[in-house]
Amino acid sequence: MDPIIILQAGVASGTVLLFATIGEIIAERSGVMNLGVEGMMLIGAMTSMSVVLATGNPWIAVLVAMFAAGLLSQIHAVIAIRFRADQVVSGLALNFAGIGLALVLGETLNKAGALSLLPAFSIPVLSAIPVLGPIFFTQQSVMVYVGYLLVPAAWLFINRTRPGMHLRAIGEFPAAADALGINVAGLRHLYVFIGGMLAGLAGATISLAVSPGWFSEMTTSGQGWIAIGLVIFAQWDPVRAAVGSYTFGALRRLILDIQGPTTILSLRNPFYYMPYWGFFLEMLPYLFTIAVLVIGSREAMRKRLGAPSALGIPYVRGERGL
Amino acid sequence: MTTPDRAVPRPRGRFPVEIRLEPRTAQPRWLGLAVSTGAVIVALLLGAIVMAAAGGDPFRAYGFMVKAAFGEAGVFSDTMVKATPLILLGAACAVAFSMKLWNIGAEGQFFLGAFGASAVVLTPLLPPETSPWIMIPAMILAGMLAGALWGFIPGILKAKLNVNEIITTLMLNYVAVNWNNFFIYAVWSEGGFQMTHKFPATAWLPRLADYAKQFPQLRGLTTHLGLVIALVAAVIAWWILYRSRWGYEIRLAGDNPRAAKYAGINISRNTILVMMLSGALAGLAGMSEISGVVHRLQGSISPGYGFSAIIVAWLAKLNPLAVIPVSVLFGALIQAGREIQPSGVPKMIQGIVLVCLIGSDLLLRYRVRILVRRQEA
Repeated sequence: MDPIIILQAGVASGTVLLFATIGEIIAERSGVMNLGVEGMMLIGAMTSMSVVLATGNPWIAVLVAMFAAGLLSQIHAVIAIRFRADQVVSGLALNFAGIGLALVLGETLNKAGALSLLPAFSIPVLSAIPVLGPIFFTQQSVMVYVGYLLVPAAWLFINRTRPGMHLRAIGEFPAAADALGINVAGLRHLYVFIGGMLAGLAGATISLAVSPGWFSEMTTSGQGWIAIGLVIFAQWDPVRAAVGSYTFGALRRLILDIQGPTTILSLRNPFYYMPYWGFFLEMLPYLFTIAVLVIGSREAMRKRLGAPSALGIPYVRGERGL
Repeated sequence: MTTPDRAVPRPRGRFPVEIRLEPRTAQPRWLGLAVSTGAVIVALLLGAIVMAAAGGDPFRAYGFMVKAAFGEAGVFSDTMVKATPLILLGAACAVAFSMKLWNIGAEGQFFLGAFGASAVVLTPLLPPETSPWIMIPAMILAGMLAGALWGFIPGILKAKLNVNEIITTLMLNYVAVNWNNFFIYAVWSEGGFQMTHKFPATAWLPRLADYAKQFPQLRGLTTHLGLVIALVAAVIAWWILYRSRWGYEIRLAGDNPRAAKYAGINISRNTILVMMLSGALAGLAGMSEISGVVHRLQGSISPGYGFSAIIVAWLAKLNPLAVIPVSVLFGALIQAGREIQPSGVPKMIQGIVLVCLIGSDLLLRYRVRILVRRQEA
């Protein structure tokens, strides 16, 4: 029950949520809500396991997983953008299809363990910082460091670059963007694809780094949905997404680790002596997601912030509305 | 809104064919059924391709599934047992979806309904020798109340704080499973096993097989009274949605919230009530499942009925009466799928069916015109 170790593992576990959340933020910023994150993550996890078993190369596995999940996301993109269908139902459909496909194609995979995992290493100077060094920079998977880079990169892209401005424009006011000659439908396809790739990366991060192996639906165990909740808490901002993701990661680890030791702070550990109370612990991430949503929604109401204006609304040139 | 639209997909280059989508002003009656049937057939073909890719023989698998679901009286009876919770849960989803309330927590409300009904027997609120005429209605009431409570939470959060109900209902599914597990493992566990003791027979819904003495051909048939309860509930849900004033309000609020508001409909009160009605129907399904099938509370009471019900409701076009035949088909899929390898096949087919359905929706809302453009000089 060393808090440093729990936080260290929490950062790794939070990285999964971080990838999925930022992916969904990018898709939603372009005006397309994709509820299929859980399904895309499972496809990513299943694909990366299959590829690593076939080739022994985790890097190829990660790339193929990202591509597979991105490809899957395009089903939703076509239905939502071209066919103008309801994005909620289309996203749910993608979710079910992704889970089903992953279960069928992943049927013969080994249940636990992978032959070759993504490497973990320490960052020389930074790992010497007291407290923060051991938590963030010591023996972390390479994916964790990718996560650190992704947060500022995504923020800068969305807020400080021209393509990022176009991304925001097609999510807030697609008619104006269209009038400026921006290809609304094409860009929305692209950003849904990027969101899918990041969900696939999240899935591959689970099966090749955080908790190696393939455990069918339990591989993701609802993290895709937590990520969608975090998007609302994050108010579509990658930096707030990072805060939320790492907090949730730490919480998930704490729940796992608190049930192990016989004493906590020299008191008898109730979760060790009465293991059934662990069921209430396992509710916590999901209850916290609801709490976080309530907080996010209240704040959004108070500050009159909110989702991208055109979120969930198909764009048809010449029709009234956004 | 009715202007013909020339934008999507954009004509590119000199491609001589242009696809134009023109909004339909009216739908012919047969179109909905035809498009849905087509979508299901396409989905089955796509599923076959995936199964073949995964190394199976899809058409033998489909043939086997038809036989395993409808082949003889015994398996057909089992199919109806699987269809029973789907009818109730499908009606639950149809009611909520009609108001565009995306209740994807029917699974959790189902679990809570099973918990509520069990609490009557196991707490025990009623002694085991209570007459079934009191016991069963008490269990129905408790199951519906527990399910309604589980629907009330996301309902009030949505109505008062505008909290996204998709995520809250889904999160409450996981909470419900853990809640039930606590009682199954810790409080009502039978000798440390992961199930409660068997309910007294007064808490069982009668099965067809119970009448095998008088009618020998009913021997071994597991269909239980829950099916009748489900059919009655579906008819009531249909009446509420399509024949009552409240149902009109629900559908108006779903189709056009702004118009509903101007018409003086209380959206936030209806949000809460509809979520509670949806939860109550789902809770009733949970009650019917433990009282009619397993006769005890245990962890594995659902192969994802609450999620299948979303697809059932959508395929039934949110009409609780149409939910009944669709539930029989999906019950067959679940029943037959238990014996088929790979075991993920039923889930995958359900997912692909929903993808094809939502994709085919385009054909209902728009007339697709393919125009051959004349050569531009």
